[in-house]
Amino acid sequence: MVMMTAMTADEKMEYFMERIESGDKIQADDWMPEEYRQTLIKLISMHGISEIMGALPEKEWVPKAPSLYRKLGIMAKVQDEMGHGQLLLRVAEDLMKPYGKTRGDIMQDLFNEDLKFHNVFHMETKTWADAGLIGWLVDGAAIITQTNMLDASYGPYAKALQRICAEEVFHAQHGESIIMALAEGTEEQKAMVQDALNRWWPALLMFFGPPSKATTGASKQEATIKYRIRKNTNEELRQSFLDKYIPRILSLSLTIPDDTLHFDQEKNHWVYQQPDWSEFKKIIKNNGPKSQARLNLRRSSYENNAWVREALSAIVE
Amino acid sequence: MSNVEKMMSTEEKKAVETLLFQLADDDFLFSYCGSEWLGLAPHIEEDVASSSITQDSMGHAAMYYKLLEDLGLGKADDLAHLRPAEERKNSVLTERINGDGYYMDTPQYDWAYTVVRSYFYTQAKRAKINSLKESTFEPLREVAVKASMELYYHVMHWKLWFEQLLSSTEEAKAKMISAIELVVADIGDLFSYGEQKELIERFGLIDSEEKIQNAWLEALRPTFEKLKLDLPIVPEPKLNGRNGQHTDELQAAIDTLSEVYRLDTATNW
Repeated sequence: MVMMTAMTADEKMEYFMERIESGDKIQADDWMPEEYRQTLIKLISMHGISEIMGALPEKEWVPKAPSLYRKLGIMAKVQDEMGHGQLLLRVAEDLMKPYGKTRGDIMQDLFNEDLKFHNVFHMETKTWADAGLIGWLVDGAAIITQTNMLDASYGPYAKALQRICAEEVFHAQHGESIIMALAEGTEEQKAMVQDALNRWWPALLMFFGPPSKATTGASKQEATIKYRIRKNTNEELRQSFLDKYIPRILSLSLTIPDDTLHFDQEKNHWVYQQPDWSEFKKIIKNNGPKSQARLNLRRSSYENNAWVREALSAIVE
Repeated sequence: MSNVEKMMSTEEKKAVETLLFQLADDDFLFSYCGSEWLGLAPHIEEDVASSSITQDSMGHAAMYYKLLEDLGLGKADDLAHLRPAEERKNSVLTERINGDGYYMDTPQYDWAYTVVRSYFYTQAKRAKINSLKESTFEPLREVAVKASMELYYHVMHWKLWFEQLLSSTEEAKAKMISAIELVVADIGDLFSYGEQKELIERFGLIDSEEKIQNAWLEALRPTFEKLKLDLPIVPEPKLNGRNGQHTDELQAAIDTLSEVYRLDTATNW
């Protein structure tokens, strides 16, 4: 056992970096550099709150799901997302303990718009096909970014991700099943999927974030890679997504809304039309199509239920 | 035609169908109301927990609709989504909205109402399920056994909420007391078998209305005594959902829950 108290700051840092570089896992009570803690809090609270905000677009389709079977499936799926949110917020809460902050503070940060939620959940849903597409491709994209962090140097996050990724695989299958039924269905159903794909495609490309800081002026990818929280860059992850899903999308006779899309054999990567990154900048500042409506729903339901939380704390006291 | 169906007289079949529609429609609407809360419950842990109850209830509804499908009444999904309000046999309590506002906007749902409705409803459902375990109709006995284990947890969950909110702040207590009044006013037809009462009871499909209602009251008694509350007096129903009498709230629910299904009822979704 290494006596951290006897070490200088530099020695602590050196020891910490040795640990994570050798694949050791950092636990909640271990010493960690401030930048690491801050990076994790930002990443994990954003991830957790995105799961909870991410429940909202799909939830719009829960009561409308078009069969008993689909009603059961989508309810379970949205419930899982809330469960992931809970799991992640617990991890974030442990990290925030030294600052005396709790889940209530995370919610307030969301409401004050200091804490942002993932850009993909600011988009509008218009038809049942959107519910399928979110499960299939948004969760499919999430599997790619999250499996990239399964070996994260922070143990509690890696552990939560193990469970989350296992469930996300079910979600992608649930989404794929909805999409396949539509893609093999009537002309109207096929048109519904194509329309959903057309509308969601730019958001799916944006899902992985800008290729570099130069695109939007900010990117957290450097710090997360340095601290062995994730392995690959945004662009590498986007390329994995395109590798995996372009053949699947085409196999359903769907058209990807990008005439320039092709695989460059020489460079061994996909060439695609860049999404409008100025739109991305707007979205991450909570000025996307549904940003404010979803925040308001979360704010109003939190306020509306304040008396319940007060009643429960009165019992505990 | 199934073996079960072959052995039944026309009257018995009518009784079985009617009871199945009541059970199916009750759970279907109860689950629908629960599903509107998804993502909006008072805290995240509750969101996850109550969603399980909502899913179980939808699962029970699906089993009853499937039995009706097996009896030749049509596709389970058609029965759940397409029947007009006046053909629905759910109790009025299960069709009531969760509170003001549409779920797609910023609804102001009432958690106290949801707790009271859910506690009273699941406790009544338990009295019925216990009785259905002895039903003369075998498929109902099988469903009752499956639902029974889940229902144990549903009742425990809502009873805990009921007791806690009535033992806490003055505000919570006041909200719960008004919710009890609202729920009790609608509870009359929850124990009714409607126009087919005589047949349903005669064929021994389930215990009599009176027996179920008494079992319900006895199950509530210890909780009410502990909280120093008077046991509810079950009123005569103003509207009897079992006879197709409903509020406009049911029509609004049907419009929403069947919106996508109605786009094309012949296709696979």
